[in-house]
Amino acid sequence: MTKHSQPALDTSPPVSDEVRKTTSYMCACRCGIDVHLKDGQVKYIEGNRDHPVNRGVLCAKGSAGIMQHLSPARLRAPMKRTGPRGSGAFEEISWEDALELAKSWLAPVRETAPEKLAFFTGRDQSQSLTSWWAQQFGTPNYAAHGGFCSVNMAAAGIYTLGGAFWEFGAPDWDRTELFMIFGVAEDHDSNPIKIGLGKLKARGAKVIAVNPVRTGYNAVADEWVGITPGTDGLFILALIHVLLKAGKIDLDYLCRYTNAPVLLDADGLFARDAEGKELVRDRATGAVVAFDTPGVRPALSGTVDGLTPVFETLATRYLDPSYAPEAVAERCGIAADTIRRIAAELAEAAFEKEIEIAQPWTDFRGERHETMKGRPVSFHAMRGISAHSNGFQTCRALHLLQLLLGSVEVPGGFRFKPPYPRPVRAHPKPHFKTTPGKPLDGPHLGYPRGPEDLGLRPDGNAARIDKAFTWEAPLSAHGMMHMVISNAHAGDPYPIDVLFLYMANMAWNSSMSTGRVMDMLTDTDENGAYKIPKIIYSDAYSSEMVAYADLILPDTTYLERHDCISLLDRPISEPEMAADAIRWPVVAPERPGHAGVRGFQSVLLDLGARLGLPGMVDEAGAPLYADYADYMTHHIRRPGIGPLAGFRGAGAGAGRGAPNPEQIDRYRENGSFWTAEIPDAARYYKQANQAYQAWAAEMGFYPSDKPEPYLFQLWSEPMRLFQRAAEGHGDRQPPDHLRARLQQAMDPLPIWYAPFEEVAVADGDWPLHAVTQRPAAMYHAWGSQNAWLRQIHGENPLFVPGAVWEREGFQDGDWAWLSSAHGKIKVPVARMDALNPNTVWTWNAIGKRAGAWALAPGAPETERGFLLNHLIHELLPPKADGQRWANSDPVTGQAAWYDLRVHIARAPEGGPKREPDTGQQQSPVGQGPATLAYGKAWT
Amino acid sequence: MTSLPKSTDTTLGLVIDLDTCVGCHACVVSCKEWNTSAYGAPLADLDPYGASPEGSFLNRVHTYEAQPEAGPAQTVHFPRSCLHCADAPCVTVCPTGASYKRVEDGIVLVNESDCIGCGLCAWACPYGAREMDPVEKVMKKCTLCVDRISNTHLDEADRQPACVRACPAGARHFGDLSDPESTVFQLVEARGGMALMPEQGTKPVNRYLPPRAKDAADPRPLDPLIPEATDGAGGFFGWLDRTLDRF
Amino acid sequence: MHPAPSIIVFTTLSGLGFGLMVWLGLLPGDRGSAGAFFVACLALGLASVGLLASLLHLGHPERAWKALSQWQSSWLSREGVAAVATLGAFSIYAAGWVLTGQPVAWLGLLSAGLAVVTIASTAMIYAQLKTVPRWHSPLTPLLFLLYALAGGALLAGLSGAAAWLLLAAGAAQLAAWHVGDTAFARSGSTLGTATGLGTLGALRQLEPPHTGSNYLLREMVFVIGRKHGRRLRIAALVLAIALPLVVALISDLPPPVAIVLAMLHGSGVLVSRWLFFAEAEHVVGLYYDKR
Ligand SMILES: Nc1nc2c(c(=O)[nH]1)N[C@H]1C(S)=C(S)[C@@H](COP(=O)(O)OP(=O)(O)OC[C@H]3O[C@@H](n4cnc5c(=O)[nH]c(N)nc54)[C@H](O)[C@@H]3O)O[C@H]1N2
Ligand SMILES: Nc1nc2c(c(=O)[nH]1)N[C@H]1C(S)=C(S)[C@@H](COP(=O)(O)OP(=O)(O)OC[C@H]3O[C@@H](n4cnc5c(=O)[nH]c(N)nc54)[C@H](O)[C@@H]3O)O[C@H]1N2
Ligand code: SF4
Ligand code: SF4
Ligand code: SF4
Ligand code: SF4
Ligand code: SF4
Ligand SMILES: [Mo]
Repeated sequence: MTKHSQPALDTSPPVSDEVRKTTSYMCACRCGIDVHLKDGQVKYIEGNRDHPVNRGVLCAKGSAGIMQHLSPARLRAPMKRTGPRGSGAFEEISWEDALELAKSWLAPVRETAPEKLAFFTGRDQSQSLTSWWAQQFGTPNYAAHGGFCSVNMAAAGIYTLGGAFWEFGAPDWDRTELFMIFGVAEDHDSNPIKIGLGKLKARGAKVIAVNPVRTGYNAVADEWVGITPGTDGLFILALIHVLLKAGKIDLDYLCRYTNAPVLLDADGLFARDAEGKELVRDRATGAVVAFDTPGVRPALSGTVDGLTPVFETLATRYLDPSYAPEAVAERCGIAADTIRRIAAELAEAAFEKEIEIAQPWTDFRGERHETMKGRPVSFHAMRGISAHSNGFQTCRALHLLQLLLGSVEVPGGFRFKPPYPRPVRAHPKPHFKTTPGKPLDGPHLGYPRGPEDLGLRPDGNAARIDKAFTWEAPLSAHGMMHMVISNAHAGDPYPIDVLFLYMANMAWNSSMSTGRVMDMLTDTDENGAYKIPKIIYSDAYSSEMVAYADLILPDTTYLERHDCISLLDRPISEPEMAADAIRWPVVAPERPGHAGVRGFQSVLLDLGARLGLPGMVDEAGAPLYADYADYMTHHIRRPGIGPLAGFRGAGAGAGRGAPNPEQIDRYRENGSFWTAEIPDAARYYKQANQAYQAWAAEMGFYPSDKPEPYLFQLWSEPMRLFQRAAEGHGDRQPPDHLRARLQQAMDPLPIWYAPFEEVAVADGDWPLHAVTQRPAAMYHAWGSQNAWLRQIHGENPLFVPGAVWEREGFQDGDWAWLSSAHGKIKVPVARMDALNPNTVWTWNAIGKRAGAWALAPGAPETERGFLLNHLIHELLPPKADGQRWANSDPVTGQAAWYDLRVHIARAPEGGPKREPDTGQQQSPVGQGPATLAYGKAWT
Repeated sequence: MTSLPKSTDTTLGLVIDLDTCVGCHACVVSCKEWNTSAYGAPLADLDPYGASPEGSFLNRVHTYEAQPEAGPAQTVHFPRSCLHCADAPCVTVCPTGASYKRVEDGIVLVNESDCIGCGLCAWACPYGAREMDPVEKVMKKCTLCVDRISNTHLDEADRQPACVRACPAGARHFGDLSDPESTVFQLVEARGGMALMPEQGTKPVNRYLPPRAKDAADPRPLDPLIPEATDGAGGFFGWLDRTLDRF
Repeated sequence: MHPAPSIIVFTTLSGLGFGLMVWLGLLPGDRGSAGAFFVACLALGLASVGLLASLLHLGHPERAWKALSQWQSSWLSREGVAAVATLGAFSIYAAGWVLTGQPVAWLGLLSAGLAVVTIASTAMIYAQLKTVPRWHSPLTPLLFLLYALAGGALLAGLSGAAAWLLLAAGAAQLAAWHVGDTAFARSGSTLGTATGLGTLGALRQLEPPHTGSNYLLREMVFVIGRKHGRRLRIAALVLAIALPLVVALISDLPPPVAIVLAMLHGSGVLVSRWLFFAEAEHVVGLYYDKR
């Protein structure tokens, strides 16, 4: 053999000309990125090591950002529809014409009936601007996508803990010994969860995953609990039953930090003193005193003078044998032994592995603690438990479990990220009062404290087009975007004139019953006019929804615009720091030969100024803000508080301060983000910690600008107020047909009831549960235009459990008919054994409409990709009395995506190729190139 | 050159933790992204927006399902890229000398300007670690990011493969597997790092850490510690009182 | 393995061509200048068309010359070098033969020897691959050599030699199929060893790493058409062995008959070669749970 020889190699080639740091976009995680530019082009995108969210790592979507940015489906100019809705026939128009057209539609609406504008936004990362704009316009009809996303989780968290899972809190990854994750595939906090799981794995800490499907996070979990969908509440309450019976609960924690000792009167309302403070009974003196009386040692049981502590009611309920593991095992699909063992493991982690940090702190009663005691057991959960019609109560049950174990805001437990935690009283109430030509009376979305806060008109009808904050969904804190199109189509509660959507593919993957929604968008009245008269839409790409709109306001890509990731909105903080961030145009938006694209927020401000909206024009009617960047810098919400909390005033201002004209430059220099570390003594027990409360008030996190300490709410008094109304108390009364349901659903203590669709349809006809999961490498609809990502997920099979697979005689490559009470689709199938035996599932939003996303005919997304949405209805099948209830949680209105019940049958060879046929849209942007060799210029 | 070096100065490679990999494909895409504009010709794509998109990737993540004799089925995500074998058959079959193993670190590379695109090296590789670029028509394989790992234009901390740097779960580790002091060496020792298809005799450098035992927890009922509680809530509240008295 | 037409044509035609060279080098016979010219051109033509076809398989045929460099370690390179050397030696030999009417024996011997080396090298390209257990066998070079020599003998009109060689090739072919059918299982490679996960339990692929195709799947995970394997094997045996054998046994082989027979035989070899690729399973298929 020859001697070895090898060519000389330059192992140190220059990487790029310049690095520009901004924020990633393909999901709500909002990681920091380093964008390497060469010859003015994006060459490489990597995670920013200094960034608090991702610490340098980057997900598949983030790494495919180049292809997102250069997608052939990018829009290029404002467009006006020329063909029928859905056809995709458009003409490009100038920005001036587009904005004047929009103005000509919107100005008369504002002057006469502002509610005739419905402005709804999707996974909008600028809700503090869009909601303010809608408020200034004066319409009550504004919300983002939270109502169909995970409002159960959000609302249950706020009403119970003063903050939610989502990305608003996190397990103490460095200290937790046992981590339990319920119903999570990917989540908004996707890189932090992966980083966290990696830490647990490196330490060998135990992970238990509760999920009907074992993929992703659930695949790496040390133990998998393949629960039957919709039964988590029951499982959790059984854990609580076992823990209570064993006395494995943190009594000290419950007494100090929760309303367990708070006294309930005979009506189930809190006994309060003259100042409105909740009362407890002191064990030592027997006296009834305010809960925060220094030195108080409250009782947890015993009725005196008709007053009973919350805890007694709670313990009595959950000690009942109906919550015993044996009683729930079959329904949940989890062996009773397993439930007992998991309870034992939780108890062991919490009470035998107790940790203590040598960090003195002082609680809100003024009591000083020498250490911070921790219970190293933590939880996370997302849509798997919340996207059910019993989701709100299930989320509450999980929070109850956390509190009984004493593991919220403690070392090793679950911790909030500023500006959370924050009690309900520090959140707004909903507002909906319209006055023609004037702004709305306050922010649209909020947290009702009782029936008096409902969004009802004097005649009892819904004030909002989505019927949020009505008796059908009293705590719909995020609005109900999934109801907007059907209500607008039906003119119920009233017709609207303009539907204005932003980044929401409502004609496709974000709708329930997609085919019907397409019909509603194209339906006409007797005069041939569309029932929803005008649709304005802002998208950056040629989506399905684009084809259904009348006027398109094309957005830039995320690398081409300013964005503001604000603490007023959805922050990027971490448990030990407050943080916010920006995006800025690291490359200029260029669409040669076309009118070009503009950042939607700048367009919104321009439109607002054209409409003369208060706050957007000066006295003379001239625009106040040149663009979004100008707004980010100069807009003020409360004195000293603006969209960005960092580098205020002369530059050192944190949280508060005068506008700093150089603020955006400071952010850019700092990697496009800003952080403020929480002082050491304030890092745990935040809701009860004087140091944290003082810091948070100083930072401006509370509208009151004062400390807002509070108790965690095991018993929810607002819930009880609604329940009492359903029982006939008070002057705001629900309609009779909703009474029984409200009485059940508005229980002030967590309960479980069977998901509505399950009750509404016959088990035998629809024996299987059907759910979707987010693939890590795709973001809803828009990953499919990405040349790299669509090679990973270009189509989606329906995964079928082994027993069903064999029973139906499926073979690899087969197709099946999948039907629900609402429709029937034809889908490719694949076998999976690590799956709950009564569940089928698929990846979400891979299926595409032919012609969308600049994909060529025959694209696998249109041939073999499919949507489960065709089988899901926003209403349940009619009841005996003909009533159709919403397919939503009765508390929050959260769309119950995962209540879906289906029937599967092998599809014989032949027959229609795929079903349903959703037709074809023209591509207003043409099609992508036949080959791609990105980077060739540099190699 | 087609002959393998007798030995290499260091033995750089990856250690991939199958107990931690969540199958997110971040490593797949970051690899594609770095390498399409780095060493060699781009990693191109055919029909990228059409009916049969197909591009070259140097790293792919499979998902397998294992059915143990007892207990529920398990899902394992499995990233697959070049293992930089010590006895690399892909090198010795190459007719042009384009494929070679570097003597300084053991990285197996293709000198693309010598590659005739005959495909034989891909046939010789048991691991599917080589893909012919569909547009550039030269053989592509993991370079172990040879143009990153000692690139002085990058910060010290960034001198690691793109996939390792990107991996959100920290399931990928890079280092010198011949150095007992290295993290990778120690991980392999501690967690029983596996060589894939040892029967092929390729002596792969990369190792895979096997998934830890799952679902095997012993039954451990939490007996009611409060005997009275077995007779209902009354007993429970008695316990409660006594416990609170002790505070 | 993907049965690429270019490679099937290459191995079949160049096998015939080099096989013929072997016989023309060893037993040139009395053909006169014209006859010599004809058979030499036939041999060179078959070998060169085959070699040209093989270039079609290359991503960068313009760099093909670089493949001659690694003869010390690479069978593909050896094949290239041997083919060039054989073509060179045989051309000189044939030129002398055609011009003078008299073959130079030692040049003939040399050409024959080089041709055998070429055929064996071609076979070794496949036989060396542990990754394709069906190929990784001494039967592979044996089969390639026997087919080449039998076909060459047919073309050279040597019915006796052809008959024996056809018999031998048939036997080798049956043996190769027989042994090959269990080779993968015997190789010890499974999805379990490929992933190291064998100890977990029964393994299957749940999801492929990409929903579309890729080079590996197209090149090495060929599964279409194998179900016709049995019938194709019979066709191969009939065409490549049985029919030529019968004719070779019953008659002398005048050139036209020889050519027709060789064409029959060649088509049988093509079928056999198609099966050689199509039936060969690469261990990489394990990763995709397909073979
Ligand atoms: N890569 C990527 N990341 C994303 C997104 C994306 O599209 N792609 N989308 C973002 C958005 S908008 C959202 S809302 C979040 C949502 O993030 P996730 O909450 O992770 O959302 P899903 O993918 O809906 O996952 C729900 C999980 O719950 C399981 N499940 C279903 N029913 C039940 C049940 O009854 N009980 C239990 N225990 N589990 C159940 C499903 O199997 C699935 O694993 O992700 C965000 N992050
Ligand atoms: N079956 C089923 N259906 C579901 C779910 C499920 O779990 N199962 N999940 C539901 C949930 S939680 C959600 S949040 C929805 C998500 O569903 P959608 O809100 O419809 O989500 P996306 O597909 O992310 O995209 C919305 C639109 O935003 C556009 N867009 C992307 N980038 C930009 C930009 O920079 N500017 C502008 N202006 N537009 C942009 C995209 O092109 C796309 O048309 O889906 C819901 N639908
Ligand atoms: S998780 Fe991925 S897509 Fe989401 S912001 Fe981070 S890098 Fe971007
Ligand atoms: S993994 Fe394959 S390509 Fe890499 S060195 Fe080993 S044999 Fe060669
Ligand atoms: S494809 Fe290129 S690298 Fe591979 S064996 Fe052929 S010449 Fe060598
Ligand atoms: S080391 Fe580099 S080339 Fe190899 S798989 Fe990782 S990123 Fe790709
Ligand atoms: S990036 Fe890490 S966790 Fe994700 S697939 Fe690759 S190795 Fe696995
Ligand atoms: Mo969502």
